Amino acid sequence: MSVTTLSSPALAQPQPSWLVRLFDYKPFLIVMCLAPAIGLLAVFLTYPLGLGIWLAFTDTTIGRKGVFVGLENFQYLLTDPLWWNAVFYSIVYTGIATFGKFALGFWLALLLNNHFPFKSLLRAIVLLPWIVPTVLSALAFWWIYDPQFSIISYLLVDVLHWRSSNIDFLGSPWPARFSLIAANIWRGIPFVAISLLAGLQTISPSLYEAAMLDGASAWQRFRYITFPMMMPILAIVMTFSIIFTFTDFQLVYAITRGGPVNSTHLLATLAFQRGIAGGELGEGAAIAVSMIPFLVFATLFSYFGLARRKWQQGEAND
Amino acid sequence: MTDTLAQPAAVADAKAAPDTMAWDSGLRRLMMIYLPLGCFVLILLFPFYWMAITSFKPNAELMNFKEHNPFWISSPTLAHIKHLLFDTAYPRWLWTTMLVAIGSTTLSLLASTLAAYAIERLRFRGSPYVGLGIYLAYLVPPSILFIPLATVVVQFGLFDSPLALILVYPTFLVPFCTWLLIGYFKSIPYELEECALVDGATRLQILRRITLPLAVPGLISAGIFSFTLSWNEFIYALAFIQSGANKTVPVAILTELVTGDVYQWGALMAGSLLGSLPVAIFYSLFVDYYVSSLTGAVKE
Repeated sequence: MSVTTLSSPALAQPQPSWLVRLFDYKPFLIVMCLAPAIGLLAVFLTYPLGLGIWLAFTDTTIGRKGVFVGLENFQYLLTDPLWWNAVFYSIVYTGIATFGKFALGFWLALLLNNHFPFKSLLRAIVLLPWIVPTVLSALAFWWIYDPQFSIISYLLVDVLHWRSSNIDFLGSPWPARFSLIAANIWRGIPFVAISLLAGLQTISPSLYEAAMLDGASAWQRFRYITFPMMMPILAIVMTFSIIFTFTDFQLVYAITRGGPVNSTHLLATLAFQRGIAGGELGEGAAIAVSMIPFLVFATLFSYFGLARRKWQQGEAND
Repeated sequence: MTDTLAQPAAVADAKAAPDTMAWDSGLRRLMMIYLPLGCFVLILLFPFYWMAITSFKPNAELMNFKEHNPFWISSPTLAHIKHLLFDTAYPRWLWTTMLVAIGSTTLSLLASTLAAYAIERLRFRGSPYVGLGIYLAYLVPPSILFIPLATVVVQFGLFDSPLALILVYPTFLVPFCTWLLIGYFKSIPYELEECALVDGATRLQILRRITLPLAVPGLISAGIFSFTLSWNEFIYALAFIQSGANKTVPVAILTELVTGDVYQWGALMAGSLLGSLPVAIFYSLFVDYYVSSLTGAVKE
């Protein structure tokens, strides 16, 4: 407000210096404002992305500049059972974990959408697994999955007497795979639940009232109002979730490091093992690049979700 | 006097009739809402409880479930935390992590505020495309980038330096913050800026005196979100940092504290607990901002 009173004396003053005028020149200002963000992203995101694709076609190792070898890395990967294993587990991991996260997360969101005391406190608590560093909660899971002193085994064997021996969570392939998926679901529920809760709160209660007057059952209200209204936000959250589950690294690296006998390698952990730990940068980059087709697929999924959202907003515009 | 006494009695009388129904719906509510909610909270919080209780348990209790109830501590000890703070480089790791988180948060806030202002307020031809490009950058996961980025970091001579992390973390922070801030800037009426323009304020004055003060909630959201994300980052820190002293907390616990065949569970859990506490405290102070930024970013 004080600007208005200042403006009249300002008119009497001489023209501002060239520097001030330069910064008021719109094209210059636009360039200056965009430069830091675009610069950072260009140097540390776009360039490495291109470099990564180039590396995938070379035989670079740590300490030695590679030469162009064409599709050799990819041809090798196609004959590599470990790579196929990682592709298989990445898809299984993403599929089951996403399904679990969304089923449980949606349920939790519906529960949190009710009225009850201490609601905001509960909402805050629910987000905790998502806030805490993944590696650190993964360590807690590692300890929970301990072959000898697992608390789950203790509960099942000594308290409930359902089993006679401890569960070997991480010692053999399939139990290890499902243990990791469970940890991933645990970590993913809060994000899904809180995002979907935000979506649920935007649905107008009058829709439910109208449906109830028409005699719709609780299931019908969910199936024909909640679910369709949630589709757009579900599509976006799911895209993010799929992308970041498929390229997950931390949980697997912290809990099993790809073991036992390489059965729980995801593409990202395999890329790390070959590229950084093994020094074969070219091959590691090829593994990382082989994730891109899957990610493009997920992004297209998001695009169509967004397109649908626009259509819906146009219709429900009141 | 009698009136005030009679009134509650009348209310109670009126309530008595549908009481059986209320009980029925109360039970139903209990089964349908509170019970599942309780299970969710129990499962979501249990790993933290287990982490906390392990950090204060003496080793004898840790490895003996037959004589000690594992869910409780009979004789709590600070030995694990003492070991962590005095026999390892843990304080150093905490310090490095804090430095990296604050550095990268500041850098990304600065870059993304300017970018969001340019895209949303200066409005030039193609500004929606720049916005879309920045959004797409968010969809590029670190798992694809870490190998080529490692070579870039080596080229710049930043390998094994926390500065590498400060410069690299903005790649995932800037897209997020920019989108969040574009949303906030959108909510500020453009008329305010027009008034200032008419009054002869320069664009930078407008940004500093009008837009930024109004966007403070957005800036706080973006800031705390960036802080948490960079505190939690793992794969870049694992790939770019070699020497024990420069590691961040998540990496250091996993690579420096996990030694040999016998895991020091007490120390590991104490390290995890201490490493989670700063973000947890930070989070508890700003819960509402977190929730709004999370949901805001999704809705954008």
